[in-house]
Amino acid sequence: MSSFLVQLLNGLAGASSLFLVAAGLSLIFGVTRIVNFAHGSLYMLGVYIAYSMSERLAGGVGFWFSLVFSALAVGFIGALIEMVLLRRIYKAPELFQLLATFALVLVIKDGVLWIWGAEDLLGRRAPGLEGSVEILGRNFPTYDLFLIVIGPVVLALVWLLLTRTRWGTLVRAATQDREMLSALGVHQSWLITGVFALGAMLAGLGGALQLPREPANLGMDMLSIGDAFVVVVVGGMGSIPGAFVAALIIAEIKAICIWLGDVNFGPFSISFSKLTLVVEFLVMAVVLVVRPWGLFGRPQGTPRHSGAPEAPLRPAGKSLRWFAVALVAGMAVLPLLQGQFPYALVLSVDLLIAALFAASLHFIMGPGGMHSFGHAAYFGLGAYGAALLMKAAGLPMEAALILAPVVAGLGAVVFGWFSVRLSGVYLAMLTLAFGQIAWSIAFQWDDFTGGSNGLIGIWPSGWANNRTAYFYLTLVLVVVGLFALRRMLFSPFGYAMRAGRDSVLRADAIGIDVKRIQWLAFVIAGVFAGAAGALFVYSKGSISPEVLSVTKSVDGLVMVLLGGVQTLAGPIVGAVTFTWLQDTVARSTDYWRALLGGIILFLVLVFPQGLAGFIHDLVVKLKPNREAAR
Amino acid sequence: MIHREPPPTLLTVEGLNAWYGAAHILFDVGFEVKRGEVVALMGRNGAGKSTTFKTLMGLLERRKGTVKLMGQDISGRSPSQIARMGLGFVPEDRRIFTDLTIAENLEVGRQAARRWPDDSPAPEWTPQKLYDLFPNLKEMGPDRLGGRMSGGEQQMLTVSRTLMGNPYLVLLDEPSEGVAPVIVEQMAHMILALKSQGVSILLSEQNVHFAELVSDRAYVLEKGQIRFSGTMAELAANEEVRRSYLTV
Ligand SMILES: Nc1ncnc2c1ncn2[C@@H]1O[C@H](COP(=O)(O)OP(=O)(O)OP(=O)(O)O)[C@@H](O)[C@H]1O
Ligand SMILES: [Mg+2]
Repeated sequence: MSSFLVQLLNGLAGASSLFLVAAGLSLIFGVTRIVNFAHGSLYMLGVYIAYSMSERLAGGVGFWFSLVFSALAVGFIGALIEMVLLRRIYKAPELFQLLATFALVLVIKDGVLWIWGAEDLLGRRAPGLEGSVEILGRNFPTYDLFLIVIGPVVLALVWLLLTRTRWGTLVRAATQDREMLSALGVHQSWLITGVFALGAMLAGLGGALQLPREPANLGMDMLSIGDAFVVVVVGGMGSIPGAFVAALIIAEIKAICIWLGDVNFGPFSISFSKLTLVVEFLVMAVVLVVRPWGLFGRPQGTPRHSGAPEAPLRPAGKSLRWFAVALVAGMAVLPLLQGQFPYALVLSVDLLIAALFAASLHFIMGPGGMHSFGHAAYFGLGAYGAALLMKAAGLPMEAALILAPVVAGLGAVVFGWFSVRLSGVYLAMLTLAFGQIAWSIAFQWDDFTGGSNGLIGIWPSGWANNRTAYFYLTLVLVVVGLFALRRMLFSPFGYAMRAGRDSVLRADAIGIDVKRIQWLAFVIAGVFAGAAGALFVYSKGSISPEVLSVTKSVDGLVMVLLGGVQTLAGPIVGAVTFTWLQDTVARSTDYWRALLGGIILFLVLVFPQGLAGFIHDLVVKLKPNREAAR
Repeated sequence: MIHREPPPTLLTVEGLNAWYGAAHILFDVGFEVKRGEVVALMGRNGAGKSTTFKTLMGLLERRKGTVKLMGQDISGRSPSQIARMGLGFVPEDRRIFTDLTIAENLEVGRQAARRWPDDSPAPEWTPQKLYDLFPNLKEMGPDRLGGRMSGGEQQMLTVSRTLMGNPYLVLLDEPSEGVAPVIVEQMAHMILALKSQGVSILLSEQNVHFAELVSDRAYVLEKGQIRFSGTMAELAANEEVRRSYLTV
């Protein structure tokens, strides 16, 4: 029993940092409506800066000063990010903002790598709090007791700031109606910069406080942002007390899982300690389904004015059709050039698979209007499905290629059923949760999926087991897949789906069952993503949980956004550009992430409607001139 | 004052055009409001009254034309700059901060006191004065949440919140819409009280009777164009205009 209570205390200590990070994220979301992916990176910066400072400054005072300095420094960096970057994209579509903050993640990660190196850095113990105290006959670190106190103290301070100062009142007003606030004469740019700085500062403090507990490492950004998302969603977007309660719940549930360890239920044994990675996402999924706006949140109204309506999709014109045919024909002769460009075929297979993956994501995102942040789940299900059908069930490649998309589709049936009940940011977060769940299963089920090592030796059947043959197989399947997706958009089903995106109410009124259509769209997208995954695994010969990671999902998002969400050629252009960029950049520098991030930022700032959208607009702009000249 | 000059012009609007996206809504709208006046901008549903107000406040992205507030051009400025120059805006949908208390709502609207160009003090408001003007607000106490008030009470709060900015001129969008008849009467009293304290008001209105009760002059708007301008008495006498452009 005492071990259980001590474990609960442990959970409380963990909750503090979690709360600090999540509170900052929530605050920023409340005012800017931007879900800041880079918040975990700010947390990571907090750890590293605190490390460097405390190594330089000797003595007890030096250590504590380092923590404060680190928080302030990160707050300053946050303010800078807001002023230089985010301020320019407040009016851009939500997804672009996400993309921009994700690009920041890449840039900051490489910045940290460049300054501090790849090694884990173990910080000092907190002077004066190195020891432990005896609680219920067990030793409990004094520093953890300190952490337990810090959480509520910060909660109280933030609460006072928000409710007892004019600044706080304005921030709360801005959370509700920024346009009205400006019509009352409040200049908001500094207000927003201030909120961003405060949120970043909280993240930095959360990180700095963690230094004596775990070494600074480069994986901290993604882990902490995952946790923070969960806490914010569970607690309710924009609610600080909600973040506190949710942090406690999540941290305690994790602590209990660790305490439970391996439990035997008759012949079955469940390893609860392994569940820690997935349990928070399970909690989030449950909360989102039962109470989509979180424990302390409020249902979000429909946005006041969401810009111009989406332009209708147009079937391809004659010239575009010929271009597509020429492109496919051009690719078909590629193997002839294998002599000069041996790498071209390998890269082309990657490009084709990426195009199919991106097109399947685009299918639900653009015409469907559902922003999936966990599309890698279906790619991964297809890939693992193919690999396991071959390894465990002994099926040949041909059967596996047919059945793997079905596996992915079945996954989409389940995940989609939950997801279509939500919309907007909440839907995005739920799909992210499902993606994480799929990832952790693949990552931890060693016996079946090979765990973190993955599976190897998954090669195509004899006839396709050479570059040229596999390239043709991929080309045919991808072209058929892309064509099928496209045809569906111009079928009655496609029209119904777009009607549902433009107005759920009106679509419902003319007898379209919007949820059902969206669910079906989810499954279709899942099937095609699964096909891409299956093609992928045979092209590489091996597979690891990487294919299911958030990064893979975000790759897909980047491809779609690069190309432009509301153009049909968009995902293909985006996939090709992205994959090619990633490939070239990664081979020419160690800091490919930063370069990629920089390119994404540049593109977001310069082409807010995506590359294909940009080209389209350019063509439209030039056309009347041509006619006038005639 | 020694000379009896006509009161100076507070707001001059010329050739105002505005668009929602590609939809052209206002066409060369022009009018003026003099210091101390209550002017009614009248028109049926969808005539463009609210759009005119939002455009004056700088809330519409796409707009064209000149707007001068006490001689200064405000047409290209941001909403917060315009509000800081002394133009107050009470939106038709009230837009109370429902998570904030009455006192906090007032605090959000607070701006420093102003002076007229001749250096005499412009009307200045404090929460205390506003509670006296609206006893209902006082009764509820400063800690009542904005979301827990009736429509009429919110209407009083939104007017008070704008007055906290000590504006030279208040744009009052349909104060009589959607509130109980008692409140409508209170609103009329309030407008006259404000006028007596030297606040100028441009109000939008569909209801001729209400407008007649409080205004000096009127403009009639239809499909984004000004169709009539004159004193209230002239409008009352002009059966033709009232029948074509207004609901009587
Ligand atoms: N957000 C918007 N987007 C597009 N068009 C709009 C928008 N708001 C108003 N309109 C259109 O602009 C025109 C003028 O509307 P406005 O709200 O200014 O009218 P109004 O005179 O205030 O009417 P009411 O008495 O109903 O308040 C109407 O045709 C309306 O449909
Ligand atoms: Mg109106």
